[in-house]
Amino acid sequence: MKESDIWNILEDVKDPEIPVLSVVDLGIVRKVEERAKDDYLITITPTYSGCPAMDTIEREIKETLKQNNISSEVKTSISPAWTTDWLTEKGRKNLEEYGIAPPSEATTDKSFLTGKHKAVRCPQCKSENTTLVSQFGSTACKALYKCDDCLENFDYFKCI
Amino acid sequence: MNKEEALFKYLIRLGDNALILGQRLGEWCGHAHQLESDIALTNVALDNVGQARMLLTKAGEIEGKERTEDDLAFHRNEFEFRNNLLLEQPNGDFGQTIMRQFLFDVFQFHFLNELKKSKNDFLQSFAVKSLKEVSYHRGLSSDWVIRLGDGTDKSHNKMQNALDALWEYTGELFEMNEVDELLIKEDMVPDLSELKPKWEEEVKAILNEATLTIPDTKGYMATGSRDGHHTEHLGYILAEMQYLPRMMPDAKW
Repeated sequence: MKESDIWNILEDVKDPEIPVLSVVDLGIVRKVEERAKDDYLITITPTYSGCPAMDTIEREIKETLKQNNISSEVKTSISPAWTTDWLTEKGRKNLEEYGIAPPSEATTDKSFLTGKHKAVRCPQCKSENTTLVSQFGSTACKALYKCDDCLENFDYFKCI
Repeated sequence: MNKEEALFKYLIRLGDNALILGQRLGEWCGHAHQLESDIALTNVALDNVGQARMLLTKAGEIEGKERTEDDLAFHRNEFEFRNNLLLEQPNGDFGQTIMRQFLFDVFQFHFLNELKKSKNDFLQSFAVKSLKEVSYHRGLSSDWVIRLGDGTDKSHNKMQNALDALWEYTGELFEMNEVDELLIKEDMVPDLSELKPKWEEEVKAILNEATLTIPDTKGYMATGSRDGHHTEHLGYILAEMQYLPRMMPDAKW
């Protein structure tokens, strides 16, 4: 097995709260290092300081690798701090199909830095005529929006 | 006091702030006036508990006596806690909780912005990570202070009462002692007296927009937490928070 195979295997580990998103798509797997033959050190980083899914994710990474005859240790590192900019294109597409609007901008965009945010697109009807209901949603990483055209409420994966 | 001892004390101070505020906000779970506010307050609580875990774990490592985050959170008494008095004040009504949050969020935002420059790797990483979260907290509490302060007569009066009750606890946020002196020399932590003008400017601007008046305390500010002297409220928080681990010391999650 090569390092790239390990990354492929980790695609099978999903975020327990958003099952369409793998831990790789989410950008929380930061490093895969070979320590010995079939033994790897995996570095992950939490999305939010209080993310309650970290223990489950760590366990599932180890378990999934073990099923592929790989032993592993999982280390958590908070630096560099996680950002939504690390979500993969595939992850963004899957989120929208699942009904969660992906981040509409990068943290380096002028719109984010100046607080004049870009419109968030409704994942149901694709309208950009939407309104923020609350910056805090059903999990730490999401905000709550409503669509003023189809009138559905939806989650938005907020930019940090 | 050497550098490690000072760093331990500083981490306890930051960790206790996050822990006690997280515990206080957690009391709102299922009680807020609308679902969105309930969820928002408990999200902020969760960020704080997460930050407390990182800080107390690190404090335990620096101390080198094999105390874990749980040992530090659940097996210390009031006089060993170093959280600011502001954060242990009761939730009161929603207005009082939001006012407490606002006064602290603005402080924490400017504090973390300076702590980002720390020469200590952990404090630096912690500041970058937490600042992202605190920026959202500050948005939430500032919005509510304006909305309720500049709202109806009833909401305005409640916000003014909250400000009158809490203002005397804000002076203490900027107090420094020998721990600060030592760590400032090492370029590890910011000089809190330099943060005060930035905090005052922002707080005054928002309170002004909210049509609220800062009370005249004739120079009086409550003090004590840097030395472990607390208001009566901390004991009750600890009694509730620490009951289970003290009753069953070997209980595991």
